[in-house]
Amino acid sequence: MWAFALKRAGAMLVTLWAASVIIFAFIHLIPGDPIYVLLGDTATPDQADRLRREMGLDDPIVVQYFRWAGHALTGDLGQSIFFQAPVASVIADGAETSILLATLTMIWVVLIGVPIGVIAAVRQGTWLDQTLSGGAMLMASVPTFWVGLYLILIFAATLGWLPSSGYPSIFEGGLGNLRYLILPSLTLAAPNAALILRLTRASMLDVAREDYVRTARAKGIRPWQVVTRHILRNALLTVVSAFGFTFAALLSEAVVTETVFALPGIGRLVVQSILRRDYPVIQGIILVIVVIYLVINLIVDLTYRYLDPRVELQ
Amino acid sequence: MSRAALTLWLTPFLARPIALIGLGVLLVMVFAAIFAPWLAPYDPYAMQPIARLMPPDAAHWFGTDQFGRDTLSRTVYSARMALLIGSGVVFFALVTGVPIGVLSALFPRLGHVLMRMVDVLMAFPSLLLALGLIVILGPSVVNSILAIGIGFMTTTTRIVYGLSLRLRAETYVEAARSMGSGTAWLVFKHILPNLISPLLVQASFVFAFAQLGAASLDFLGLGAPPEIPSWGNMLAESRTFITRASWLLFFPGLMIVLTAFSLNLVGDALRDRLDPRFRDVFGGEG
Repeated sequence: MWAFALKRAGAMLVTLWAASVIIFAFIHLIPGDPIYVLLGDTATPDQADRLRREMGLDDPIVVQYFRWAGHALTGDLGQSIFFQAPVASVIADGAETSILLATLTMIWVVLIGVPIGVIAAVRQGTWLDQTLSGGAMLMASVPTFWVGLYLILIFAATLGWLPSSGYPSIFEGGLGNLRYLILPSLTLAAPNAALILRLTRASMLDVAREDYVRTARAKGIRPWQVVTRHILRNALLTVVSAFGFTFAALLSEAVVTETVFALPGIGRLVVQSILRRDYPVIQGIILVIVVIYLVINLIVDLTYRYLDPRVELQ
Repeated sequence: MSRAALTLWLTPFLARPIALIGLGVLLVMVFAAIFAPWLAPYDPYAMQPIARLMPPDAAHWFGTDQFGRDTLSRTVYSARMALLIGSGVVFFALVTGVPIGVLSALFPRLGHVLMRMVDVLMAFPSLLLALGLIVILGPSVVNSILAIGIGFMTTTTRIVYGLSLRLRAETYVEAARSMGSGTAWLVFKHILPNLISPLLVQASFVFAFAQLGAASLDFLGLGAPPEIPSWGNMLAESRTFITRASWLLFFPGLMIVLTAFSLNLVGDALRDRLDPRFRDVFGGEG
């Protein structure tokens, strides 16, 4: 187990290093002098010269990379042009919204995707299964922002039950403010619940073919007990490992949803920073999300291996 | 195509009427895209200040937008953009993914390096990767294709790599190799022909999800220029008027859903016809 964990962690670090080179290169690939990319078009030549010396942009590119990576390791992601504040604190401001949104979304995804997937698998081939599976495929084919705009139209504009935009912090307004996140989290949950539903169903059907399931049935164990004890428990292994990827993917998928609902999260910050040409913020967010993505991947891998020791190293 | 081959390709659809409907919807979309100038009742760019935000009626079946442009005409013309983006992304994914995947499988040392690079790209969530590229390249139709395509390049490469590894281990490939067949012969005679069916499945899924990706980019104002009729652009504009003119929201969205759903239905039907040994690379149901 330890050898496995070390190898996986090593592989992750190598991937992270390579990804960091790409993310570092990002600023240099944007057309124009990196100094003006970092300072904005309005910078004076004096400011430009000062920053050029401070950042050592005249140094060889390799030196620059290591300096940037070293700063990133200590949590220094540079300065935001628009906010005139450290990128790390700008990102931290959006973290509350993004984390809560992703968490609420995951709750919907689990509550909707898993039980319905189980029902579809148990009733495999019937009209019920076809309806549920077809419905899942339909949900995966709908643009999230379209769902979001319709939810706003119905539940905010017409019925007036829920707010349509913004999110004031729960630390200032209390837990009641979570209602601002109900429509956005449902929007974001729709396609992801559909994926988990399909995965749960497929995984259940896979396990149902195993010999030990046949043995259990032959022993005369009640059908529903075979489903819950023998099939579901093992099928959930695959599904739970998909939760990790889903959660990580949500952070970037939230870009569109947060824009529709004008939520002050990291996703909307990406779009606004693109429009404001605030490149250091974009760079910082990409780095943070990639790190989260890789760490979650690693945790999922290790958990999976812990739960199912048959998993071999590639 | 011979009669037998035609029957073989049609069977998955005959067995599943709903997939046949999906195929029909797609043919209508392609038809609309090609014959848009004859099908659209109005010029999609023509503004009629008098007829701003008119609900659907006999003259304008899908109503008009905030500039008095005919929504039906814009919806029909948008099929062109959908077709262009979809085929562009599929083309890009295949042109890059197939050679990288096949070569990686045939030359393990090269493959090790290339597949690690693919792993690195996969560490970037696809929408974030697309946005990053748009920042570097600037928004345009071609750049939308590249930005969305690179995400599907990685998945396509993985699939092609996995399949090629399996094909390489087949007895007939080994036999051909031991009789002295060259790499090119192996690739063109034994590997590529066997990849056609799974790649068709992959192409239909990529086409479907490219529609959603392009719609997101357009919606964020980072895709096709706003004056170009595309379903994503139409939805982005409709946002301000959803309470006053909900028809602007309904029709373009419905088109995206119909297109993506039909493609998924077709892809699903094709996948179920695949050689069972190949099916699992798509992670589909049993």
